[in-house]
Amino acid sequence: MTPSAGLPRWVDIGLIPLINLSMALAVSGVVIALLGENPFEALGVMIKGAFVYPGSLGYTLYYTTNFIFTGLAVAVAFHGGLFNIGGEGQAYMGGLGAGLIALALGGVLPGLLVIPLAILGAAAFGTAWAAIPAYLQAYRGSHIVITTIMFNFIAAGVMVSILSGPFMREGQSSPETDPIPESTQLWSAQDLGAMVGLDVAFSPLNISFLLALLACVFVWKLIWHTRFGYTLRTLGHSEPAAAYAGIGIPRTIMIAMAISGGLAGLMAVNEILGVHHKVLLNFTAGYGFTGIAVALMGRNHPVGIILASLLFGALYQGGAELDFEFQTITREMVLLIQGLIILFSGALAYMVSPMLVRLFARLPASTAKAERPSP
Amino acid sequence: MSDLALQLIFTLDATLRLSTPLILCAMAGLVSERSGIIDISLEGKLLSAAFAAAATASLTGSVFQGLLMAMMVSMAMSLIHGFACITHRGNQIISGLAVNILASGLTVTIAFAMFRQGGQTPALGADERFNPITLPLAETLSGVPVLGPIYAELISGHNLIVYALLIIVPVVSWMLFKTRFGLRLRAVGEKPEAVDTAGISVAWVRYRAVLIAGLLCGIAGAYLSTAHGAGFVREMSAGKGYIALAAMICGRWRPGAAVLACLLFGFLEALSARMEGVELPLMGVAPSDLLRLLPYIGTVILLAGFFGRAVPPAAIGRPYTKER
Repeated sequence: MTPSAGLPRWVDIGLIPLINLSMALAVSGVVIALLGENPFEALGVMIKGAFVYPGSLGYTLYYTTNFIFTGLAVAVAFHGGLFNIGGEGQAYMGGLGAGLIALALGGVLPGLLVIPLAILGAAAFGTAWAAIPAYLQAYRGSHIVITTIMFNFIAAGVMVSILSGPFMREGQSSPETDPIPESTQLWSAQDLGAMVGLDVAFSPLNISFLLALLACVFVWKLIWHTRFGYTLRTLGHSEPAAAYAGIGIPRTIMIAMAISGGLAGLMAVNEILGVHHKVLLNFTAGYGFTGIAVALMGRNHPVGIILASLLFGALYQGGAELDFEFQTITREMVLLIQGLIILFSGALAYMVSPMLVRLFARLPASTAKAERPSP
Repeated sequence: MSDLALQLIFTLDATLRLSTPLILCAMAGLVSERSGIIDISLEGKLLSAAFAAAATASLTGSVFQGLLMAMMVSMAMSLIHGFACITHRGNQIISGLAVNILASGLTVTIAFAMFRQGGQTPALGADERFNPITLPLAETLSGVPVLGPIYAELISGHNLIVYALLIIVPVVSWMLFKTRFGLRLRAVGEKPEAVDTAGISVAWVRYRAVLIAGLLCGIAGAYLSTAHGAGFVREMSAGKGYIALAAMICGRWRPGAAVLACLLFGFLEALSARMEGVELPLMGVAPSDLLRLLPYIGTVILLAGFFGRAVPPAAIGRPYTKER
C-alpha cells in the first residue's frame, strides 16, 4: 500500500510535494534565522537571482538540464527498487567519454557527425561505470548503495590521474584537457537566439536542454509503455513476485542500471559539450547527488522530475546569489535544503500522507465521498 | 633492526590510527543493524560529530567538551534517522541519505557562519586536541632489540581514543551478546513480532540502538577532528562511514570479524600513504592518485562476497507494524 492511498489525485501529486517543500524551506528558514540573517530576505535574493536578473533564467534552466538527467537516472533505477547513488561518478565518466570522442574525432569528421557520437560516448561511459556495481548487485548480492558510492570516490581518483596525466593540456597548471574543436561545441541559447534575430542574454543554457526533454519522453515510454518497463516495475514492487512470474532478475537489474548510468552520463553532454568545452576536474559538482532529491520530489515521474529540476535549478542559481549578498550564508544552504527535501519527501513520506488521509476521510463534503468506490 | 621491519612497524602504527574511526563506526553500525535499522547515516553522523568536536574545542579550549558535544550532535542525527524510520516507518536508506546530505550542508553552513574560514574551523592547538600518550618505559625500552621498537612505536604513543577502543569493542560485544538488552536488541532485528508478543516495545529498543550508534559515531567524529586531525575541514569523513558499514557487512554483523575488516581497510589506507613516491620494482613510482583509491577498491572487492556470503539480520530494513 502506498502511503497516500485513498487521497484525491491533486492532493497526492500536487499538495503533498508542496507541503514537503514548504516544510523543508521552513526548517531552512529557521536555520538562516539562527545564523542571524533574515530568511525572507534570503528567499527574496534567491528568487531574484534565479529568475529576475538578465541571463538568470538561462542559468536556472542550465542547472535544470543537469538535474533532469541525474533525476531520471535515479528514477529509472528506483522503479526497479534499486538505489543508484553513483550518478556523480557515472556523469564524471560520461564527461570523459564525450570529451575523448570530441577531441579524437573533432578535427577529422564534421561536427554534426561527431556530436551524436560524443553524446553516445557520454552515455556509454556512464553505463560502463554503472555496470560493475550492477553486476555485483545482480550476481553477487553486494549492497548497491555502498558500491555505487565507492565508485564515485574511485571515479574522482581516476579522473584526477587521467586529467593530470596523459590528457593534461600542455603548458597548463590545472589538470584539464585541450579545448574540444569548435565544430563539436553545442549551440548555446545565445547562438540560437541570434539565428532567429533574438538578443538573448549570455548564459550557459544550450540545446542539451532539448536532449534532456527527449530523455524524459524516452523514460516515460520505457517505464509505462514497454514490456521491459512493466518487468522493471514488477521487480520494484516485489522481488518474490517478479521471480515467481519468471522474470530474470539479474538481467533486469543489469539493463535498468545500464540505462540509469547512461542517463547520468548524458549530464556530461550539457557540461562538457555545452558549457566548458573541455574535460576538467569536478565538473559534476554534486549534481549527481541532487538527482536523488529530484527523483524523490518528482515522484520518479518524468513530469515531476522536470518540475523538481526546475525547482532545484532555481535553488542552485539563486543560492549562488547568496554568496554575494550575505556575509554569513553561502550556497551550501542549498545542500541543506536538499537534505531536508529528501528527508521530508522521501524518508518522512509516511508522516504527512496519513495525516492528510485522515483529514480527507473526515471531510463531509461530497467530493471526498465521490472518490470512494461504492461497496 | 632492518629498515624494512621498521617500515612495517610504522605502517602498522598508521594502520591502528587510521582504523580507529572505522572500528568505532563499524561498532555503531553493528548495534543499529542488529536491531534491524540499516544505518548508512554513519557517514553523516561522523561528519557532523567531527565538526561539533572541532568547533566546541576551538571555542571552549576543552577537548572533552568537544567530545561531549560531538556525541550529542551525533545522537541528535540518530534521532532524526530514528524518527523517520522507526516512528514513521520511512525508507531507511533514503532516511540515511537525507541525514548524510543534511550533515554535508549543515556543517559547512554553520562553520562558515561561525568562523568565516570558508567552511572549516581554525586549526586546533596542542591543548585543544587528544595528544599522544607515551606509555611508561617506552623510552627506556626502545633500545631492546625487536620488542623495544615495537613497544615504543607501535603500542605506545597513541591518543586516548585509540586506547579506549580496548574497552569499547569488548563492551559493545558484551552488551550485544551477554546482556538482556542485547538479546532483546538482536531479537528485534531478527523477529520483532516475538519481542512485541513478550510485551517489550520494539520501537524503544530500536531507538536505544540508534542512540548507541550515535554515541559511538560521535566518538569517531571527535577522533577525526580533534585527535587524528587538528580541526574540521569540509567533507573530512571522506566515505569512512560507508567503508565502516562495508567492513561490518564483510564481518557478517559480528564484532570480531568487523574489527578485522576495519584493520584491513586501515592497513590499505596506511599502505597507500606509505607507498607514495616509493620506487617499486618493475612498476616505477606508483601514481599517488590511484594509490589513494586502495581502500575504496578494497571495499568493493570485499563486498563482492569473495569471502563467503553474509547473512544479514532477518528483519533488517523492515519497519515494524504492530498488528491491529
